[in-house]
Amino acid sequence: MRDQARITQFDRRQFLLSATAAAGLLPLITKAAHGETALERSRQFEETFAKLTHGVTPVSEKITVDLPELADNGNFVPITMTVASPMTDADYVKTIHIVSTANPVALVATFYLSPVNAVARVQSRMRLAKTQDVIVLAELSSGEMLLSTTKVGVTIGGCGD
Amino acid sequence: MAANPRIKLPESAKIGEIIEVKSLITHIMETGNRHDKYGKLIPRDIINLFVAKYAGQEVFRAEFGTGISANPFVAFQMRVPGPGTFEFSWTDDHGVTTVATAPLALT
Repeated sequence: MRDQARITQFDRRQFLLSATAAAGLLPLITKAAHGETALERSRQFEETFAKLTHGVTPVSEKITVDLPELADNGNFVPITMTVASPMTDADYVKTIHIVSTANPVALVATFYLSPVNAVARVQSRMRLAKTQDVIVLAELSSGEMLLSTTKVGVTIGGCGD
Repeated sequence: MAANPRIKLPESAKIGEIIEVKSLITHIMETGNRHDKYGKLIPRDIINLFVAKYAGQEVFRAEFGTGISANPFVAFQMRVPGPGTFEFSWTDDHGVTTVATAPLALT
């Protein structure tokens, strides 16, 4: 009987301790969850994106981008872009743009393709200043635009200071 | 300063075959955002243009910004139209162009 009372008391103390700890962590958890839902996009990104799409609404299809989920070194992030296109004179990929949403300079690179490429696949290596969405835009010969959004976590940022 | 341009091609290819072409050049790709030890801004100095020609015809072009890593690497695909030699050129912010050529061995 006495033993049981002691156990109950201990449990209550334990509960209070863990409750206090959880309350302390709560703001951190909320902050992390917020970061998951809305990654900030730079004003320069919005301007560059508007210029590149020039009024065309891009669709999220026929384009595949391979980027690591987590980049240990933001100075050196491999990227592979593939567009499902017949690459014929009548229907081919004209340009592929890499646009960063959080680097100091939004437009990372533009690649120019033509039917001679036969397969619309380009590989390169890019810099990421911090965790962000990487946007790849492809413009087809028809004028249609394709879009891909990939979130990449960055441990050590690239792009200098 | 750009140095040591490299072109990687398949050992041999057939006409009509789709090949992968890889290129790399040694270059710091200075972003213009970094400071030296006296706190002075280091000016931007990057390779901003890469052009690949095959048998005299342009087959691929890339415009690089500061978001491309040091020692810029790029790989692209090409359907071999016939016999020829690749001519790659890299142009930096000072307008200096480095050129490298490589013949494609056909079987």
